[in-house]
Amino acid sequence: MSEKIINIKSTQEFDELIKNKRYVLVDFWANWCAPCRMVAPVIDEIAEKYSEKVTVAKVDIDEQQELAIRYSIQSIPTVIFFKEGRVASKEVGVKPMSSFANMIDSNIA
Amino acid sequence: METVDIIIVGAGPAGLSAAINAVVRGKTVRVFSNKESLLAKAERVDNHLGFYNITGKELMDKFREHAKNMGVKIEEGKVVNILPLGSSFMVNINGEIAGAKKVILAMGVSKVKELPGESKLLGKGVSYCATCDGMLYRGKKALVWDQSQDAWEEANYLSDIGVNVTFVSKKAKPEKLKDNIIYVNDALTEILGGDSVESVKTGREEIQTDAVFILRDGLAPAALIEGLKMDGNFISVDRNMETSIPGVYAVGDITGRPLQLSKAVSEGLIAAQHAALQIDKIKES
Repeated sequence: MSEKIINIKSTQEFDELIKNKRYVLVDFWANWCAPCRMVAPVIDEIAEKYSEKVTVAKVDIDEQQELAIRYSIQSIPTVIFFKEGRVASKEVGVKPMSSFANMIDSNIA
Repeated sequence: METVDIIIVGAGPAGLSAAINAVVRGKTVRVFSNKESLLAKAERVDNHLGFYNITGKELMDKFREHAKNMGVKIEEGKVVNILPLGSSFMVNINGEIAGAKKVILAMGVSKVKELPGESKLLGKGVSYCATCDGMLYRGKKALVWDQSQDAWEEANYLSDIGVNVTFVSKKAKPEKLKDNIIYVNDALTEILGGDSVESVKTGREEIQTDAVFILRDGLAPAALIEGLKMDGNFISVDRNMETSIPGVYAVGDITGRPLQLSKAVSEGLIAAQHAALQIDKIKES
């Protein structure tokens, strides 16, 4: 995992992150999920490429069930882009680099 | 993750032709298949040069024997996702992730008939892979729509991890289906829900459920890989059998008419040779 990615440990940590950072991309995953393992290196690349503009975080939905319920995660991987604390865009399933780049590019000023 | 030169999806005439031609050019291959080729159902084949008056099944046996003699192993498995990553690919075979430099799609004509509500609720309770999404429904209700030979295995898996499973099938109850799974002998006609799956309609009733696992033999090509250009039900390819995604090839019935054996075999050869050449170019540079 890229060193630039924040591994969320609590709901409080998550809430502070999306409050304090303007652009946050969050990968909701779990260790039993094979498609999540496919997307992981793509998220690593996003974290490196956009490190100056976007904060990238991961939420393990088994550990952070409250967040999984709050954002009604029904299939993983689900990647959500938060802009000023609000959900701006969401991608579900295995997607290529370009899909995540698009969701960022179309939402950042 | 095990990485090979070429992953081939499908082991009919097109897939096996691609496999032996890749091996001839010194490439490593993995071939995945989860269903019998349509060729095996042909009663008599008279238009494949060199074979007069032969059954499709005999031909298919010969093809498999040929491939086996050249070291090609056909692995049982359903491919659920393919993801490009830089210059290579990651392929999800029912939960196992494998890597390849090139991918050749040879899974035959897709006769996938989508249910009303299916694509709208995909990822919102509708899933094509029990081992991928099953854990999300522990302690909840999931319905399995039996559309493939091994659907009962995935239903049992869901039951094992603590999902309350209802198995809907037009066929007789599978012998090995677990006792705690509710078996409904009916057909699914519609999936209902707003932001998530709420219920399904069958011929006779409406059943409340949190998830619907639709387990077909194959997935629609567009669901396998994002951004694949289609021409109706067929995959668009160029002269080298390469699709709109560089490094992904399509061969055989899946690329369009004529849906014939000789055409499938030829396309397998073209794709494998082109893919092998591209791999060699990368090695040299």
